[in-house]
Amino acid sequence: MTTARWLPVWLLLVASVACERETRRYRELPASASRPGAIAISELEPGGRTPRTPVLSPYQENAYGIAEGKRLYSAYNCNGCHAQGGGGIGPALMDEKWLYGSEPDQIYSSIAQGRPNGMPAFGSRVPAQQLWQLVAYVQALSVQVPRDAAPSRSDDLNGHAAEAQLDIKVPRMTGHR
Amino acid sequence: MMPVDYQSALHPAGPQAASIAQLWWFMLAVCVVVYGLVMATLVAAVFRAHAVRQAQAERSLTRTVTTATALTTVALFGILVASVRTGRAVGPPDGPVDPLGVEVTGYQWWWDVEYQSPSPPNTVRTANELHVPVGRPVRILLAATDVIHSLWIPNLHGKMDLIPGRRTELWLQADTPGVYRGQCAEFCGLQHAHMALTVVVESPAAFEQWYAAQKQPARPSSTTQTQHGEQLVTRGPCALCHSVRGTDAGGRPGPDLTHLQSRRTLAAGTLPNARQPLEIWITDPQHVKPGVKMPPVGLSTEERAAVVAYLETLR
Repeated sequence: MTTARWLPVWLLLVASVACERETRRYRELPASASRPGAIAISELEPGGRTPRTPVLSPYQENAYGIAEGKRLYSAYNCNGCHAQGGGGIGPALMDEKWLYGSEPDQIYSSIAQGRPNGMPAFGSRVPAQQLWQLVAYVQALSVQVPRDAAPSRSDDLNGHAAEAQLDIKVPRMTGHR
Repeated sequence: MMPVDYQSALHPAGPQAASIAQLWWFMLAVCVVVYGLVMATLVAAVFRAHAVRQAQAERSLTRTVTTATALTTVALFGILVASVRTGRAVGPPDGPVDPLGVEVTGYQWWWDVEYQSPSPPNTVRTANELHVPVGRPVRILLAATDVIHSLWIPNLHGKMDLIPGRRTELWLQADTPGVYRGQCAEFCGLQHAHMALTVVVESPAAFEQWYAAQKQPARPSSTTQTQHGEQLVTRGPCALCHSVRGTDAGGRPGPDLTHLQSRRTLAAGTLPNARQPLEIWITDPQHVKPGVKMPPVGLSTEERAAVVAYLETLR
């Protein structure tokens, strides 16, 4: 009886959580606008270790931000070297081995500053907002984001030809001239 | 202000659209006649006196129903025949033709237009604007990479869907020179309404001239300001998504900017192509077209002026 009466309230509460998860923030966030300064990428320090102040990744709990990161990951050709997270020319991103740290600000500076032996510095090309979306997606690759925010599918359809169609020869264009 | 027939299926500018318009008028005529007959029968039934003799009324009713059924069958069959004929007429041509090959790819929320040619230097890539010479069949190959779109240029043809992972094609021919508007006709996300395509139908000579100009790479910039702008565009954030042929900028996710100034609109028909709209657009795209994939890149006032000055040289 009591449960039934409170049911709409619970449903509303659950719905509001879902809304937050899917909030689409198109304009740049104040938090993501500030680029982090000097980031320690090594755990070696003289004397004792300084405790790290955790930096929140602005999109790590936002499904839309992670999905945008996923789109940019292939649009900006991250998959050219890191494949779909499994690595190739570049290191794997979905394992637990982090050469330059797995914290959001460390991932951010790895993308922005580049790293030796091949990782280009994207900081001057990719706006901060999109860098943070990429960070969120890279975090999602190694399951560092809440499960409800990490989408199991893309925002887009799967754009590959069906297997049955692969052998069909696309008719050659006669074309202009 | 654009004329009323700028985007209208009832002002066909080519044979395919003409046969669609013909079918539309035919169906309208049939429906008007049917509607008139039904209304007349209804009115007659309201004012008619009660039948005098039962048996006679029954016979007369049977006759009326039989006649109406026969007429309906004939009308529907007529519409079916007309539809099939139209379907044939808008399909690929029967005989051998020398079509102009164009590949149109739908993105959220703009159109990529690529004129194909067996020799790569003759291909031309542009965006949100399709130029077509008068009287030549055009074969448009359609593709999509994100979601389903649909190309609809009402003055030239019906709708055809662009489906990720599939190739669809559309054959059209334009006979009346003019500027028409095409529009995405399948809801494809937030900015679906701002996904328009300008279609310019021109004489073969004018088309050849346009084509030759489009083939050219961008001219190097001459003044200090445009050189600064060129550096910002081709070495800065723009280059990751946009390409300017003849420079280092070779990004594919966004529209080609090589001859931006030759186009009539910005952001797929959202803004007219002029200095002020361009400034607004590159300053805050999310204000003009919320959700668009172009991010604000945070240029200073001076940098923005340089970028706009450079973009204005891309003729």
